[in-house]
Amino acid sequence: MNFWDKYEMVIGLEVHAQLLTRTKAYSADVNEYGELPNRNVSEVTLGLPGALPLLNARVPELAVRLGLAMNCHIRKYNMFARKNYFYADLPKGYQISQFDTPICYEGFLNIKDAEGNVKRIGIERIHMEEDAGKSIHDQDPWDSLIDLNRAGVPLVEIVSHPDLRTPAEANQYLTEIRKLVRYLDVCDGNMEEGSLRCDANVSIRLRGESRLGTKVEVKNMNSIRNVQRALEYEFERQCTATENGETIYQETRTFDAVSGKTFAMRSKEKAHDYRYFPEPDLPPLVLTDAYIADIRAALPELPDSLFRKYTAQLGIPEYDAYWITEDKYTIAYFEDAIKAGSNYKAISNWLMGPVRSYLNEHGMHIEAFPLSPERLVEIIALIDSGKVSYTAAATSIFPEMVQNIGISALQVAESRNLIQESGADALNEWVIKAMDAYPDKVEEYRNGKKGVMGLFMGEIMKFSGGKADPKAASALLREKLES
Amino acid sequence: MHTTLPSYFSDRNAFLSGGFSCADRVDGFLRRIEETSHLNAFVEVFGDEARQAAAESDARFAAGNPRKLEGMVIGLKDNICYKDHAVTASSHMLEGYVSVFSATVTERLLQEGAIIIGRLNCDEFAMGSSNETSVYGKVLNPIDTTRVPGGSSGGSAAALAAGLAHVTLGSDTGGSIRQPAAFCGLLGLKPTYGRVSRWGLLAYGSSFDQIGPFTHSVQDAALVMEVISGADEKDATASHKPVPAYLDALQQKDVKTIAYLPELMENESIIPAIREAYRNTVEQARSNGYKLTEARFDYFDYLVPTYYVLTTAEASSNLSRYDGIRFGHRTAAEKVDLDGLYRKSRSEGFGWEVKRRIMLGTFVLSSGFYDAYYAKAQKVRRVVTEATDRILEGADVLLLPTTPDTAFEFGANSDDPIKMYLQDIFTVQANVTGHPAISFPRGNDEKGLPLGMQLIGRKFAEGSLLALAGELMN
Repeated sequence: MNFWDKYEMVIGLEVHAQLLTRTKAYSADVNEYGELPNRNVSEVTLGLPGALPLLNARVPELAVRLGLAMNCHIRKYNMFARKNYFYADLPKGYQISQFDTPICYEGFLNIKDAEGNVKRIGIERIHMEEDAGKSIHDQDPWDSLIDLNRAGVPLVEIVSHPDLRTPAEANQYLTEIRKLVRYLDVCDGNMEEGSLRCDANVSIRLRGESRLGTKVEVKNMNSIRNVQRALEYEFERQCTATENGETIYQETRTFDAVSGKTFAMRSKEKAHDYRYFPEPDLPPLVLTDAYIADIRAALPELPDSLFRKYTAQLGIPEYDAYWITEDKYTIAYFEDAIKAGSNYKAISNWLMGPVRSYLNEHGMHIEAFPLSPERLVEIIALIDSGKVSYTAAATSIFPEMVQNIGISALQVAESRNLIQESGADALNEWVIKAMDAYPDKVEEYRNGKKGVMGLFMGEIMKFSGGKADPKAASALLREKLES
Repeated sequence: MHTTLPSYFSDRNAFLSGGFSCADRVDGFLRRIEETSHLNAFVEVFGDEARQAAAESDARFAAGNPRKLEGMVIGLKDNICYKDHAVTASSHMLEGYVSVFSATVTERLLQEGAIIIGRLNCDEFAMGSSNETSVYGKVLNPIDTTRVPGGSSGGSAAALAAGLAHVTLGSDTGGSIRQPAAFCGLLGLKPTYGRVSRWGLLAYGSSFDQIGPFTHSVQDAALVMEVISGADEKDATASHKPVPAYLDALQQKDVKTIAYLPELMENESIIPAIREAYRNTVEQARSNGYKLTEARFDYFDYLVPTYYVLTTAEASSNLSRYDGIRFGHRTAAEKVDLDGLYRKSRSEGFGWEVKRRIMLGTFVLSSGFYDAYYAKAQKVRRVVTEATDRILEGADVLLLPTTPDTAFEFGANSDDPIKMYLQDIFTVQANVTGHPAISFPRGNDEKGLPLGMQLIGRKFAEGSLLALAGELMN
């Protein structure tokens, strides 16, 4: 049987995003991934006796920026709290976090559900905290190794309401968050390196039931795809257990990417009492209305809003608009291009076509694409004026301009002799020549076999050496065939 | 006896005039430290460094460019960091631990020419009121060696009372400067919370801890406070309020009205000699022209419990970093897992009083108990602070005894932690509320033991406290 007919899945996600700050959350140590172990570790990171934390002002700034983009309320009076637990890679024996006063609360993020409709996912809270270090258990046969470079790296934890209903929606939600944090320069969104991490709270219930089922927490999913896989597995597991009359236990499970299964973690690790209390080393952080207004004013227009603008106002197809709004560099390129030219549809087509192919072929990101948006618009303008054909532009002009960014589209067209002939005399001559060459086909056309147009056009192009303006030529041809 | 104990303020004149040198003075201190080693006040003496620094100070005096504290010989409580020197909080947990950085106070003292002569014994992690919990053993009160010097800064008090330095620094979380100052006949100042940076002070109760001086004279205290106070980019709780010229404040006498608590004059839990001293201090102040006003403070019964709930909560978290992983004591036991390593290292490294407070603090923060203890104590803290502020709206300072008793004999309170904790009854108030407070010597009891009176002032009014204490002290 298909469990989805009988059961509903309820998912809430907790996403940790490492913030793109130059230094750590509470010390001047450099926040950088990939450094040799235990290099970025001052007395504060090491939790040496007598060391005190100092808040990096960029941390609340980025948290507020993200919160505003996720439509959250921003808290003005913020307390920090200590979350106490012992672990070998937690130097102080506590993390400086926030407990009952998260800096952002009650917002939402829009995703698309399976039918393509907009679905609003509630954001319960976003709070600031610091990362722990890394314990490495597989490098040395006897000892666990500790790398504290990551200890004290600033994080925000984004906690959703349990509004997600399918693993695919969870995937969508995470994809949107990753897009957003990258777009806002809040986080680099790299799940493999762990700068974006996700834990899931999952339960099932019979369709129509309003009470929540027993919640299971799933950890250790290091890609968006693995989150989806883990949730798919967990749904099957919980439904099967329920069908067999077994009990679902409230527990923490870990996902194993190799087997695609989740396993219960030792019960010891779930019975934490973190003994939160206000952090006495940091005074409360008070944000003013002006501070919040400044961050709001500096927010760029968000991808979600741009998507709506591109599709509704500029007439860009949804698929194209989705691809363009996928990252900030593509958005920036497109935005510059639509400032330089008004054929939005053509700009989008060029981005989705020749530009994307070029980037794929060269394994390049649009950030590094040599041709400026203004130059691309020049090419499009040349086509629109009828001076060159799309084919000539895409196959000759574009590649040369990418190689030689100083040269204009018109220069290339002229030097390669690609300027189309749309003069009536010349066209007339080529059209008559083509029709004369195939009188039988003229007859076929006139009997309704419109498909022979292509044959004539090919001939016209051949006679003109590719210089005939295809639009003008086909109009004239049709006129003559139908007269 | 006090006249023979050198204060820096008077020595400085000799240094300037060439009467005697800093090197002479340091040699004298080092000799006395050796002669009084039975007091167990110092846990380490930096003899060679002190001699070297004294030579530099003498050169400065000779060249006519002495700094503010040039040649002031200072001892540091063993919970204040000094780069490349050991700091252990008198705990087995930190035996052999060397700090890689200096406390802000240490840095500032050195920059102004002070000479650091050594580390001073204290209660383990500053937890105690008798200096009996130190891993180095008890400190003797120089005035009566059968008695405690008070705690937790017992070594700092004993060293100064025995004339082993010009000034010593202690830390005060619930009276750890003022109570030993009273027991040893010294001036002891606990500054306003936030006046002095805590960077480099081994934390006990972070929202209570303040570093402050033990001195013989208010001038010395004023000088030291001018140097160690002020904003510090390394301590977010250090105030940005400008630091006044405390030495000038001594002349200003801006206190007009003194509040006192008549109920304490009748309180049987205070020994008669202290009640008598309280009465005659009030009388002297009145005859000196101050306006004395009667005040009421109804919260003494709540102070000690509130203090112990909040400080032990913070301590239980502050002391989590002593886990045997990166520094400090690690168990020699083999075949232990991570939990076992923590358990054994911490059980072996910490003494009983520290363990008691970690357990108490862990308990009051536990889920299910938080509201009943920690949250409630925080509310009491607010109420007590408001009540103290109200008293200080009607008066410039509040005068009260520092302790209910004079120095007690070793072991007198060891079997009863509650009795020991009640030693703090008059001192914890200023820590709970964050107000500045000073203990000044005011006579002796019938056994000849010194006793101390205390002034609590408005926040950041250290200058007023020093001026008035200077006038009313012995």
